[in-house]
Amino acid sequence: MSTELLGVLVTYLLTLALAIPLGKYIARVYQGQKTALDFLAPLERLLYRISGIDPNREMNWKQHLLALLTINLVWFVLAFVILLTQGSLPLNPDGNPSMSPDLAFNTAISFLVNCNLQHYSGESGLTYFSQLTVITFLQFVSAATGMAAVVVLFNAFKERSSEKLGNFFRYLVLSCTRILLPLCLVIAAILAFNGTPTSFDGKADIVTLEGDSVQVSRGPAAGMIAIKHLGTNGGGWFGVNSAHPLENPNYLTNMTELVAQVLIPIAMVIAFGVYIRRKKLAWTIFGVMTVGMLLLLVPMLLSETGGSPTLAQLHLLQPTGAMEGKEVRFGPAISAYWSTVTTIISTGSVNAMHDSTMPLSGAMQLLGMFVNCFYGGCGVGILNYFIFLIIAVFISGLMVGRTPEFLGKKVEAREMKIATIIALLHPLLILAGTALACFTLTSYPEADWAVKPSAWLNNPGFHGFSEMLYEFTSSAANNGSGFEGLGDNNVFWNVSTGFVLLLGRFLPIIGPVAIAGLLARKRYVPESAGTLRTDTATFGFMTLAVILIIAALAFFPALVLGPLAEYFTIY
Amino acid sequence: MKTYLIASIKLTLVLLVLLAGVYPALVAGIGKLSPGGGGGETVSCNGKVVGFANVGQAFTQDGYFQGRPSAVDYNAAGSAGSNKGPSNPDYLTTVQARIDTFLAHNPGVNRAQIPAELVTASGSGLDPHLSPQAAYLQVARVAQARNLPEQKVQALVQQHVEAPLLGILGPEKVNVLQLNLALDALK
Repeated sequence: MSTELLGVLVTYLLTLALAIPLGKYIARVYQGQKTALDFLAPLERLLYRISGIDPNREMNWKQHLLALLTINLVWFVLAFVILLTQGSLPLNPDGNPSMSPDLAFNTAISFLVNCNLQHYSGESGLTYFSQLTVITFLQFVSAATGMAAVVVLFNAFKERSSEKLGNFFRYLVLSCTRILLPLCLVIAAILAFNGTPTSFDGKADIVTLEGDSVQVSRGPAAGMIAIKHLGTNGGGWFGVNSAHPLENPNYLTNMTELVAQVLIPIAMVIAFGVYIRRKKLAWTIFGVMTVGMLLLLVPMLLSETGGSPTLAQLHLLQPTGAMEGKEVRFGPAISAYWSTVTTIISTGSVNAMHDSTMPLSGAMQLLGMFVNCFYGGCGVGILNYFIFLIIAVFISGLMVGRTPEFLGKKVEAREMKIATIIALLHPLLILAGTALACFTLTSYPEADWAVKPSAWLNNPGFHGFSEMLYEFTSSAANNGSGFEGLGDNNVFWNVSTGFVLLLGRFLPIIGPVAIAGLLARKRYVPESAGTLRTDTATFGFMTLAVILIIAALAFFPALVLGPLAEYFTIY
Repeated sequence: MKTYLIASIKLTLVLLVLLAGVYPALVAGIGKLSPGGGGGETVSCNGKVVGFANVGQAFTQDGYFQGRPSAVDYNAAGSAGSNKGPSNPDYLTTVQARIDTFLAHNPGVNRAQIPAELVTASGSGLDPHLSPQAAYLQVARVAQARNLPEQKVQALVQQHVEAPLLGILGPEKVNVLQLNLALDALK
């Protein structure tokens, strides 16, 4: 096995080895059991006391959602105001300007919803103040929001029948203090010692060996890069994200950032099993997610390490694979792995430019975001998976003629309606958005915006269509990566993706939490010989089939027009 | 709603202090202990800073090893890839032109010997590295431009090949700036 492929394998196994104990730890944290970090309890009590929160007051599912939406609204206002005024706020050594209203709207939402779509470049678009108080802050709390929401789901299936599902604010605070912060300090230290900047100095002026004067952007980046991955946020400090040699200096930091982003999504599945005392169910879910990941990873690895067919026609050597948009210190193999995990788990950070990857890889990246629950984002991955699971329970119940039940709770019409709406929302947002963009591009090519529609696309033909499809997919999936050639900093993209981001975030949280809350209230039906078992390989296969059919049927025509058509033109 | 709103505002403020104040300060403190003191590791030549160890820079002279094409001309105040897709005809014309330029400056090299990375833009536009293969390919040109024996330059490249992580993970590479500094130091 080549050293490049070995790097992929070791990175994945390392993630798994760390995620299993972390999952057990996470379950202990949310259950309030003893852990090694109990010395932080006074800090948490202080946070509760200042905010006037009683962490022991239990909430039902509606109160959870109300608390979640209220605090998210506060964060949105805070972020929007800071971005609009950052030019006159402190910590701006490079003298960067304030954002335009449409860009501030898009950026505030993008980070609020854990997406981190970026229509600016960090070097010139943000100040250190906004990098910390908007970007880093939202990266922590948006991840914690997803984690707190999934604990509601945990609670719903822990007790046999209950309205009381814990306290939202407590889960939010614990996610920050007990899980995200301590791990981020470790990750940031690894990055700092490998060359990622941490100081508040502005750009450095240097004269190069050949005598050119250049400036080098930097700033207190290491801490932000840690939470950007651990919280599956993905927004980069620098414009090119983790392809930047200061954001991701070497192979070790690359492994660290890869492990960090996959860590909590896997650990959450483990935590689910421990929390509700159904480990076999958790491993079944993990198995389905892993098979799904491999279905995307293997074609991506093959197409990237196989090199570009058009460059092969120019008789170039491509010993390691396709190098356009990639960095030599990583190489195509681990970049393909990065592309896979960053799209399936909604991180959206990149260490290579997706716009320049091979057509088949582009198709896999899109599929990863269409499904959006192979491991999935911090907390929300399980929520997304839960929707497919409920649909699978319903369909298989009908197939074998048994009442659809999940963990002793009857799944009825109301739950199914919610699940169906959420499952169909995703294709609706993506396809309608892309259609709107295509319509605007062809009907109003000269519209007087910051970037004219006729100048949006960086590549002609099918690939250009993929750039627009990718942007809406990334927004709806709250992913944040992009085919970055797209000229997206103008009022059309800022506003349209802003709304898609909001809908693509909050409805897929509200839906599963509501279903969980409704199921939690229902009478527990003890399992019997007539119960459809959901922790078997058969049911796992059934869930995977449901996921693939929904994703494939809804998105296949769009895939054909974009990456698949490009594939058949150049191979 | 109102009780949640007030609690939310207060909690937001204290979390801001913790996550956007205390946390970055702690990380900055850790960074002070790192090589480069948190401002990024620099490289000096005769007491003068000539660059950052990890940030690539432009080399155009025949007497230096040249790095990869960059979509931002190695201007590290920003960063970008080309974002060109593999089916883009303009892009293929650009690559063809880069091949022709490389061949003109490196007589004796056959186009089938050129690794793609030498004529394709990196992801960041600031890639500091080349594969050993791409560096060896430039030895003859550099040696001739500097009137040095080829073996000596070849040996220098060999010394600068960085092994994969722990010898087994990831690709081999050569840091172009370090290699060129060593080249300048050769007598």
